[in-house]
Amino acid sequence: MAVTTVVLAGVGGQGTILAADVLAKVAAAAGLDVKLSEVHGMAQRGGSVDTTVRFGEQVHSPIVDPGMADHLVAFELIEAARCLRFVRPGGRLLVNTRIIDPLPVLIGDTERPEGLEGALETEGAVFLDAEQLACQAGSPKSANIVLLGALSTGLEFDRGQWESVIEERVPAATVEVNLRAFELGRQACIEGECMR
Amino acid sequence: MAAILLSGNEAIARGAWEAGVAVGVAYPGTPSTETLQNLVLMEDVIAEWAPNEKVALEVAAGVSMGGRRALVTMKHVGMNVAADPLFTLAYTGVSGGLVVLVADDPGMHSSQNEQDSRNWGPFARVPVLEPSDSAEALAFTKLAFELSERFDIPVIVRSVTRISHSKGLVEVGERIEAEPKPYEKDAAKWVMMPAMARKRRLDLDERMRALTEWAESDEGPDTVHEGSTELGVVVSGVAYQYVREALPEASVYKVALGFPLAAERIKRFAASVDRIAVVEEADTYLAKSLLAMGIPVEETSLPADGELSPGKVSSAFGMGEPETRAGIEGLPPRPPLMCPGCPHRGAFYALRKARATVTGDIGCYTLAALQPLAAMDSCVCMGAGIGMAHGMALAGASTEKKPVVGVIGDSTFAHSGVTGLMHMAYNAGVGTIAILDNRITAMTGHQGNPVTGRTLSGRQNRELDLEALCAAMGIEHVTVVDPHDLAETERVVKEEVARDELSVIIMRAPCALLLKEREAVYAVNDEACTACGACIRLGCPAISSVEGGKAFIDVTLCVGCAQCVQVCRFDAIEPAGPACDIGGV
Repeated sequence: MAVTTVVLAGVGGQGTILAADVLAKVAAAAGLDVKLSEVHGMAQRGGSVDTTVRFGEQVHSPIVDPGMADHLVAFELIEAARCLRFVRPGGRLLVNTRIIDPLPVLIGDTERPEGLEGALETEGAVFLDAEQLACQAGSPKSANIVLLGALSTGLEFDRGQWESVIEERVPAATVEVNLRAFELGRQACIEGECMR
Repeated sequence: MAAILLSGNEAIARGAWEAGVAVGVAYPGTPSTETLQNLVLMEDVIAEWAPNEKVALEVAAGVSMGGRRALVTMKHVGMNVAADPLFTLAYTGVSGGLVVLVADDPGMHSSQNEQDSRNWGPFARVPVLEPSDSAEALAFTKLAFELSERFDIPVIVRSVTRISHSKGLVEVGERIEAEPKPYEKDAAKWVMMPAMARKRRLDLDERMRALTEWAESDEGPDTVHEGSTELGVVVSGVAYQYVREALPEASVYKVALGFPLAAERIKRFAASVDRIAVVEEADTYLAKSLLAMGIPVEETSLPADGELSPGKVSSAFGMGEPETRAGIEGLPPRPPLMCPGCPHRGAFYALRKARATVTGDIGCYTLAALQPLAAMDSCVCMGAGIGMAHGMALAGASTEKKPVVGVIGDSTFAHSGVTGLMHMAYNAGVGTIAILDNRITAMTGHQGNPVTGRTLSGRQNRELDLEALCAAMGIEHVTVVDPHDLAETERVVKEEVARDELSVIIMRAPCALLLKEREAVYAVNDEACTACGACIRLGCPAISSVEGGKAFIDVTLCVGCAQCVQVCRFDAIEPAGPACDIGGV
């Protein structure tokens, strides 16, 4: 089996690291070799946070170069655009429509380019509003699990494997909300609602 | 037991525990910090935060001399601080095993420089083990304790960000209780004065010879992946993974023991292939060593700075580039920010108002160098903010209109600021030092320190009394101010920098992330807001501008510090109504 690479990109505080951890544990539970690479330290302070999860029969490198990832799960639109180059042509781009303007934009030092969604759509991105689905599930904080639900439709792991890792990994009081969030993200992709 | 997913740091902690480690000591530093935070959770281990890495290594040396196994962890620059005991501990050797984790940060994800800690091996004459993934991080940590006792020497385990902060599958084992060795007085071993040190210097060479012999034997930890004889690559650490991925056909010699190198084994490998190359990041440590062995190492186009990756390796060896997308140009950068409600924001707001030249230091507050505050002029190393403030004054660069202020955080002050301040007091220095006491070591993820008195095991011990410490140095002007009170902070800064004497301002307010209960949050009154941008320029992530440049406060991010209320000249920022439904978290 070839190695599958998923890049999860977002902004500090969006829960990318927890989502990557769930994905890595699901792959490990499925009997695959797994590596996960994250860079934190700045994570709590609103910087970009990219995490790479790779799984397959044998995984060597924990990181990948541009053009090598099979899936991008972008938690935010600007970060989607920033990490687009990591995804190979034909790879899957799953993009949350949320925009978090960075400070240089807020203080007027620079501007966010217009038409990012269109540019990503041209590249084949599918979109969903993860915060809205997360609110439906019961908490906007479960947006990261909504995105995992959407991602799961493009991977070959059993739904039960996902659910048992989510149960084990999220705070006990939020298990129900997160399982609902996973299902809503999954349904959104299966029913094509997340596409535009 | 089944394999579990562990980060390199978790695996090193587990390896130390399995090796029967009795004590772990460290000063936090990215990317090494989580090692001790994991170790403290394990049974039958004492784990402590030290004020700095030198103290940590000295404590560990005492544990070793007392006959128990000890682990010390630090980031690469921490070893600069700990180097003094390290060099001499190579002479004394150990009783209980002594292992030092040094985690490098090629690419400087969270550091002020790049250093290649493999160089401590030949420099201090201590062995260096280099794991290439989490499984080896555990195995090599256990091996390091064995080697330390067997060859009577401290052992370095060298990690990098991509080992410490990457996770992989690891088979964990059980703890082996290491038997304590009773202390026996032995001045010839432990008292390094010239007569004894000269003998231990020769003995150190003997120990290194024995260790090299072991490394050359079948027991040695280096391994060879046999591939094509056309190309052989010598590599260590995480770069091994990049080479296996980028050059699947090549034969690969994996250096596990970076010092001393098993030269004969490496020479035999080199002789078995047509071409020989080295792949390494941070420094040309292996290439230089192999050339010194007389091995004709090929030149490569690998970059000298930053991190390697599989792609950089494959392009350096002409393996072609992957097809990539064009990418989207003109994206705004996303620099890290001080958090909403960060007390440092108030401190630097006041310093900027005073037109101060700020010699800064290492911590969250280094972010003040960035826009929009842009209120820090230098950042060199832990503690430098104080010494450099004094030096700037000596150079005549501190003037009435542009006073120099040295700025340092509480944890950094305890780490290496105390001696700098002592220097200023002793030499009748003139100037102002601001200690930003936010009651935590925040940048590395909220560790206790001597100023907070909270220990790694969660016990509340003595708090270092900064006011009393300054008074004990004979500093007459010590003022405590709450940096959230902008007008008062500004007044105190102006008053203190005007003095022709040494003064200390302790700016004390807890880190915003420590506040369990939020103050009432704020909202912008659209009608009163004139879009002047004063609050935006605080650089608070909770404040953004909406149509027409008017301010908007995100109630999910606001913590109610009220700094923005104080900078608004139009009273446009008011307590938010109670009806803020943010989704029922």
